[in-house]
Amino acid sequence: MNAKRTDFLATVIINLIVAAVVGILVFLLAYILISGLPHVSWTFLTGTTDAFSGAGGIGVQLFNSFYLLVLTMLISIPISLGAGIYLAEYAKDNWRTSLIRSAIEVLSSLPSVVVGLFGFLLFVVKFKIGFSVISGAIALTFFNLPLLTRNIEESLSAVSRSQREAGLSLGLSKWKTEIGIILPVALPGIVTGIVLSAGRVFGEAAALIYTAGQSAPVTNFADWNPMDAASPLNPFRPAETLAVHIWKVNTEGLATNAAQLSAAASAVLIIAVLLFNLGARLLGNFLYRRVTASK
Amino acid sequence: MLKQYSFDETAVQTFDDSTSLAMKTENLQVFYGANHAMHDANLAFPKNQITALIGASGSGKSTYLRSLNRMNDGIATVTGKIWYHQVDINEPTVNIYEIRRHIGMVFQRPNPFAKSIRENIVYALRANGLKDKAELEERVEKSLRGAALWDEVKDSLDKSALSLSGGQQQRLCIARSIAMEPDVLLLDEPCSALDPISTVKVEETLLELQKKYTIIIVTHNMQQAARVSSQCAFFHLGHVMEYTSTGNMFSNPQIPVTQDYIAGSFG
Repeated sequence: MNAKRTDFLATVIINLIVAAVVGILVFLLAYILISGLPHVSWTFLTGTTDAFSGAGGIGVQLFNSFYLLVLTMLISIPISLGAGIYLAEYAKDNWRTSLIRSAIEVLSSLPSVVVGLFGFLLFVVKFKIGFSVISGAIALTFFNLPLLTRNIEESLSAVSRSQREAGLSLGLSKWKTEIGIILPVALPGIVTGIVLSAGRVFGEAAALIYTAGQSAPVTNFADWNPMDAASPLNPFRPAETLAVHIWKVNTEGLATNAAQLSAAASAVLIIAVLLFNLGARLLGNFLYRRVTASK
Repeated sequence: MLKQYSFDETAVQTFDDSTSLAMKTENLQVFYGANHAMHDANLAFPKNQITALIGASGSGKSTYLRSLNRMNDGIATVTGKIWYHQVDINEPTVNIYEIRRHIGMVFQRPNPFAKSIRENIVYALRANGLKDKAELEERVEKSLRGAALWDEVKDSLDKSALSLSGGQQQRLCIARSIAMEPDVLLLDEPCSALDPISTVKVEETLLELQKKYTIIIVTHNMQQAARVSSQCAFFHLGHVMEYTSTGNMFSNPQIPVTQDYIAGSFG
């Protein structure tokens, strides 16, 4: 076969593969949205769930999902940023570093149920925190850390060495160079990593069943003092998320319209993830433009 | 086949007390692991002059240059003495960040920060504690004028430095270095990634800058060395072979290896 025909064939095959991937994605999205959206209403989005049957609105769960996400990110971003910077910039190339890398890889391959049970035994039972947002957030942090750390390390390493030399040659400390020069350039990559891991957190159910719990006590959305028991911001209250709710409605729920409920909740979940991704990207691009003065 | 030259036959000039020196190295050795990359370099650099370091690729000239402001820290082992203002700055106790503010460096490839033109210059100044806005603005203008870039960018200081051409970027890097008001400016093949017109501009800038700074420039371009420098050192396979005034170097080289290199009949 000559080069021209090989090239043509390869292009066709690659295009077909891409079309298949896009097709599957579009089909899934369309299916979920078409079967779910008709059942989504304002009362569904803001209403509360009947604790016994699982029927009713998903207002609290929707809030819980976002709150858990924010809390998880608040814990995991600083830790993984530190770990990523260490691995990219400070770690020497020796057995200790490769041990750390292997440990991170092992951590990322843990099944979520195992992470959930671990969180249950340690935080919920041993530390007596109970089913709570904070237990869930810490369990999800275990999940997030390997992904985020790897991503941040790779984003930082991808920045040219010459940028580091430029910083150092001006008498900037290694730390200042890393934070002020390298990090801004690596920002788009890091935002992508955060968006990806946020998607995972949003859709995670198994690890949360045992840590954040399966109940969504009605909270008082007029009370924003995190210390109050009824406040939605209280990190020590049990908090069923949207993904857990979908699982629960389908397995333990006694609602007669369980299929509709879970379809609607799935549609809301997907839209929420899309909105979050979009928002994070816009924010990331905005920050990038601010720090790099690019258009 | 490469010709073999004796490393014992060298012609390295020294300066008497009447010449004021900016820097001086004594028995400087550089090792990359087991690889002995620089042997006993004894060079002194007169103040407010341009000294060119020439030699073939792998001759150790860049390695030597990077040792002078301790950019080889963590990459290579450097032994020997580097005298700067009566201090041996190769001592481990020396504050290398402080040293680099006095001995600036410009690299082979232009490496402006991914920030605005103004921010490229003021970032390090601010990090070093200069907060006064008017003073920062003044430094921006002064250093950009010094690097002969001011007229081209004065209306677009807030634009990204990466939108500049290669030659402009390199002059911005020079401006960034001189904004720190260093004593010595080290340049590592600053024009090798630039077109001839940009090269001329950078060279004109250097000739102007030597009034205020001591400049040490690595170049593989002999014409460039002849055009800009007043002293010239020839490196060969990790040895300083000859060090003399640029005029002598090109008109009357003393030892065979230099003669062959200058004549282009090397190896």
